[in-house]
Amino acid sequence: MSAVATAPAKDLAPKILSRDPGAFEIPKGREEEWRYTPIRKIADFFVPQSWGSVGAVPSPFVNIVEPDDPRLSTTWMPTDRVSAVAFAGVKKVVLITIPADHIVEESIVVNLVGEMLNNYAHIEVQVGKFSRSQIVIIHDSAANVSGSIVTEVGDQAELTLLSVLDAEAPLKQHWNWTTNVGRDSRFLGLSISLGGEVVRMVPTVNYRAPGGSAEMLGAFLLEGDQYQEHRILVNHTEPHCVSNVVYKGALSGQGAHSVWVGDVLVRREAIGIQTYELNRNLLLNDGPRADSVPNLELETGDVVSAGHASATGRFDDEQLFYLQSRGIPESIARQLVVRGFFVDVLNRVNDRSLRKNLMERIEMRLGMVTHD
Amino acid sequence: MSKLEIKDLHASVSTDSGDSEILRGVSLTVESGTTSAIMGPNGSGKSTLAYVLAGHPKYTVTSGTVTLDGQDVLGMSVDERARAGLFLAMQYPVEIPGVSVSNFLRTSITSLRGEAPKLRTWTKDMKEAMSELQMDPAFASRNVNEGFSGGEKKRHEILQLGLMEPKIAILDETDSGLDVDALKVVSEGVNRFQQKTNAGVLLITHYTRILKYIEPDVVHVFIDGRIVETGGPELANSLEADGYERFSAAKA
Repeated sequence: MSAVATAPAKDLAPKILSRDPGAFEIPKGREEEWRYTPIRKIADFFVPQSWGSVGAVPSPFVNIVEPDDPRLSTTWMPTDRVSAVAFAGVKKVVLITIPADHIVEESIVVNLVGEMLNNYAHIEVQVGKFSRSQIVIIHDSAANVSGSIVTEVGDQAELTLLSVLDAEAPLKQHWNWTTNVGRDSRFLGLSISLGGEVVRMVPTVNYRAPGGSAEMLGAFLLEGDQYQEHRILVNHTEPHCVSNVVYKGALSGQGAHSVWVGDVLVRREAIGIQTYELNRNLLLNDGPRADSVPNLELETGDVVSAGHASATGRFDDEQLFYLQSRGIPESIARQLVVRGFFVDVLNRVNDRSLRKNLMERIEMRLGMVTHD
Repeated sequence: MSKLEIKDLHASVSTDSGDSEILRGVSLTVESGTTSAIMGPNGSGKSTLAYVLAGHPKYTVTSGTVTLDGQDVLGMSVDERARAGLFLAMQYPVEIPGVSVSNFLRTSITSLRGEAPKLRTWTKDMKEAMSELQMDPAFASRNVNEGFSGGEKKRHEILQLGLMEPKIAILDETDSGLDVDALKVVSEGVNRFQQKTNAGVLLITHYTRILKYIEPDVVHVFIDGRIVETGGPELANSLEADGYERFSAAKA
């Protein structure tokens, strides 16, 4: 397939939509969307390779299908070179389907596993109308992956999609995460990303119809020499929709670098919407760098509310002093502060045991970062 | 019986224009069952004394000693001092987002006692202590000092005092910013704590107002980083009438 569609030439919106990698230039690093990324470290991601594919264990809701399976979306198009290369190279697709009207109480946990050290991935999530579910995607913690997650939330459905990347090795992962929100549906995207040499997450939210609500919450933790980029685009094209973006990052160690870019586009026709985006970064010591770039592009003033906030702060020694003055040892005091920092994101994970597990993963990392 | 002994304590703070000495030879003793008041004008260094005793990293002790029952306090970390039995009720307690009061108190008590309190008795103890200070039970689920009014912050400090039961409590301007009703509630909390535990109290204040509710045995006048006069409760009354001018004049 080599169709090239051109989106309206808005500053923040992707300009080329195509499944043909050749439709996109290989980024050189000067492009706005790549200006922070250490692209030399992921140069392989832009050129077709003979890589493996990411799979998962099939279950009642999870199927492994061919990339040309007729059940898959035909309208989804990559918006950059890296995801076009990944889709062109992937051999199997993880298809997660929640039928219409289905209420699934238990979390559906999907453990992604790469065939090789380097892999392409394509995940498609189809959530039927009036359904309610919580899907947990556990990324391969020991493989390099380039791929996309394409999510279609049916009318008046409720979906929580939790992505957990807990990198054990200095791995590289790039994910384009496109979610299309249906009429009156509610989407909660939770992205927990711990570690990784180069991790770049590009979530995009589109609205199919009026009345949809999308929340994108993220928590990330970086230690020395790690790079994570979270580049969010919320594309308000429909009236009376809601978006809420909250990302919190904690960074520790010389060389750790995080980038958060929150682009919110409110089109002329998107009247009566509410949007808010927030990024907070906590620097646990000297040395790490956190870039935070909120962008709000309003084409209509006829909105209910629109706002953004961004702040990066040092670890507050006064908080530490206060807790220690109550007998709490420094390492536990640090844990308390950092847990407190993440709590409003992690509390949105409904599943108790999962929430506990995530907190423990973060604490394990903190154990590493606080005792050095 | 416990005894906090401060001898010839000197401390300084680093500023852009070099080190500045704030404590210039402080000596005093606080024993169990007694209440000492330190009174002084703004900028005299009396709050610095409180922070130095608690071990705030901003200050450097340049000479002198501080011992609690013979143990060297200055050699202890901040949390070790608390576990040794020192408590500082702060003038401006800091907000800790995302950490609930109940989680904070439980973590603190666990650290102080070396074991987690039994859940059932703990909840009961906390509720009782809160109702004594006329605090809404919903307070326990709020984040530490986040959005607290001035009065709520001070009640929270005294709540901790009552639960943590230190040997020596230092109250840094606990009265400032309180209306008279709140001042009574907070003072009663301090008195209840002292009656129950027979702890020593070092009360740092700018005003004599709180001394009507918490009666000191000893009053120290603190000017320019040191104690310039020591007397009984009557000294506070003369300060009320004449202010600190006579001491400042004596210095000049």
